[in-house]
Amino acid sequence: MDTMRERFASVTTQLLDEDPRLAVVLADIGVDGFRSAQERHPGRVVNVGIREQLLVGVGGGLALAGMRPVVHTFASFLVERPFEQVKLDFGHQDVGGVLVSAGGSYDWPAGGFTHMAPGDVALLDSLDGWTVHVPGHPDEADTLLRRAAAAGDDKVYVRLSVQTNGTPRPVDGARFLTVREGTGGVVLAVGPMLDNVLAATEGLDVTVLYATTVRPFDDAALRAAVAGATAADVVIVEPYHEGTSTRHANDALEHVPHRVLGLGVGRRELRRYGQLDEHLAGQGLDARSLRERITGFLAR
Amino acid sequence: MTHTTLDGTAAHDTGFGELPHLMSLMTGDEKHGPAATSTLDALWVLYDRVLRVSPATAQDPARDRFLLSKGHGPMAYYAVLAAKGFFPTALLPGFGSYDSPLGHHPDRVLVPGAEIGSGSLGHGLPLAVGTALGLRARGLTDPAVWVLIGDAELDEGSNHEAIAYAGAAGLSRLHTLVVDNTSASHGWRGGIASRFEAAGWSAVTVDGRDHEALYAAFTAPHPDRPHAVVARVEAKEYSGEPKPKAAAA
Repeated sequence: MDTMRERFASVTTQLLDEDPRLAVVLADIGVDGFRSAQERHPGRVVNVGIREQLLVGVGGGLALAGMRPVVHTFASFLVERPFEQVKLDFGHQDVGGVLVSAGGSYDWPAGGFTHMAPGDVALLDSLDGWTVHVPGHPDEADTLLRRAAAAGDDKVYVRLSVQTNGTPRPVDGARFLTVREGTGGVVLAVGPMLDNVLAATEGLDVTVLYATTVRPFDDAALRAAVAGATAADVVIVEPYHEGTSTRHANDALEHVPHRVLGLGVGRRELRRYGQLDEHLAGQGLDARSLRERITGFLAR
Repeated sequence: MTHTTLDGTAAHDTGFGELPHLMSLMTGDEKHGPAATSTLDALWVLYDRVLRVSPATAQDPARDRFLLSKGHGPMAYYAVLAAKGFFPTALLPGFGSYDSPLGHHPDRVLVPGAEIGSGSLGHGLPLAVGTALGLRARGLTDPAVWVLIGDAELDEGSNHEAIAYAGAAGLSRLHTLVVDNTSASHGWRGGIASRFEAAGWSAVTVDGRDHEALYAAFTAPHPDRPHAVVARVEAKEYSGEPKPKAAAA
């Protein structure tokens, strides 16, 4: 199976052939995947070098000229370093584009904290109008990248990761999916957290929802799931900062007394290298830790 | 001569001599210091003689683009846009007020004729690079892209990312106008033009009050490379935000 980043290159290369409005902007990261596309479309595959403010500014400028920019680098250099460019060169200019990140929260743990971006979705939450896709499988990334490219002048963020689930789900770029039904509470798994959530809740009487599009938040799906439970107890398991979507769950459930537990990556720097699995365990996001935290919450 | 503004009303073509009056509708003063007018001559020559854009072609994909990156002190810009009929001069007295489209920094969504919203320094040149790339990708190889920055704005690192890339990429339809009123805290040793030339741009420095010199600099041929015009004006004498007439009371 290819990785999400490899799928990003192959899908976008195909889309460049099909859609003359599409343009890819890179900053030395991911260039190899676009060699053939750059040969065929030299004006629409642009590598600006290691210049991330320019990377995002060029994306905004392409949109001002009527193009649909797809802008890619690691999440830390796409959203965090040039955040004001994201805010102004897309949002304030009232133009759209697709930001596609790699690296996620700790895809390369040996690279350390400089290459970790667990705060990317929370940062985008401070801006208006961004659609956020968090695929959990390369096939889902395929679907969501195609939808993002075709989404008119929408502002779309696609968060790619090497952390994946074993099997793809039929995601549609909007709604949460119901993966398991129960009555004792609702666990919402975001993107690559699904497999660990399913393992953690094995044998528990809970509904498991699966979200790969977290903004806009599917209020209706959460309300419906809560309506089928004896108590409005919700656990959200996200692959980025813990609690990022808790506000959205609270808003969706404002009509009913409810409890929400937000699980995800902590703010504290672990200052550890190692492997992805070790970081999941270190953040309490492995299946065993999740089961303890979920059952502990539901039992209270 | 008359022409039609974006809202359909006829307007008399206004000359350079009337710009101070149009600015006074915003500032309440008939006389303006060098800081308020630092961009006025260059803007006028651009809109009067160089840019191929008018209220009638403001949405034409093949129009020339002018991006005001230095959004501070936009009174001269608004005066020129109004003089050229992009919006009625009746909007000018509302400058900075809640119901006015004319803020102390321009917003492209609100101001007819404004290509970008600006105010935060260092965004216009990267946006201009992207615009030049986008027009070229669409096969629109004729339109020129102009961006105006200030000499102090040049401090922002994002400009240097854009200057280096645009020179290397040979973006020949890209033009940067640097209005230099010696306001950068640490100055530019070796001169501003040298920064552009070192990056592979064509660059020329002129008197920013001399309309013929500006016109010659704006229209100088620069095949295969982007072009920078450094327009030198009097040193800035006042530091701070513009004062709207209405808010003074």
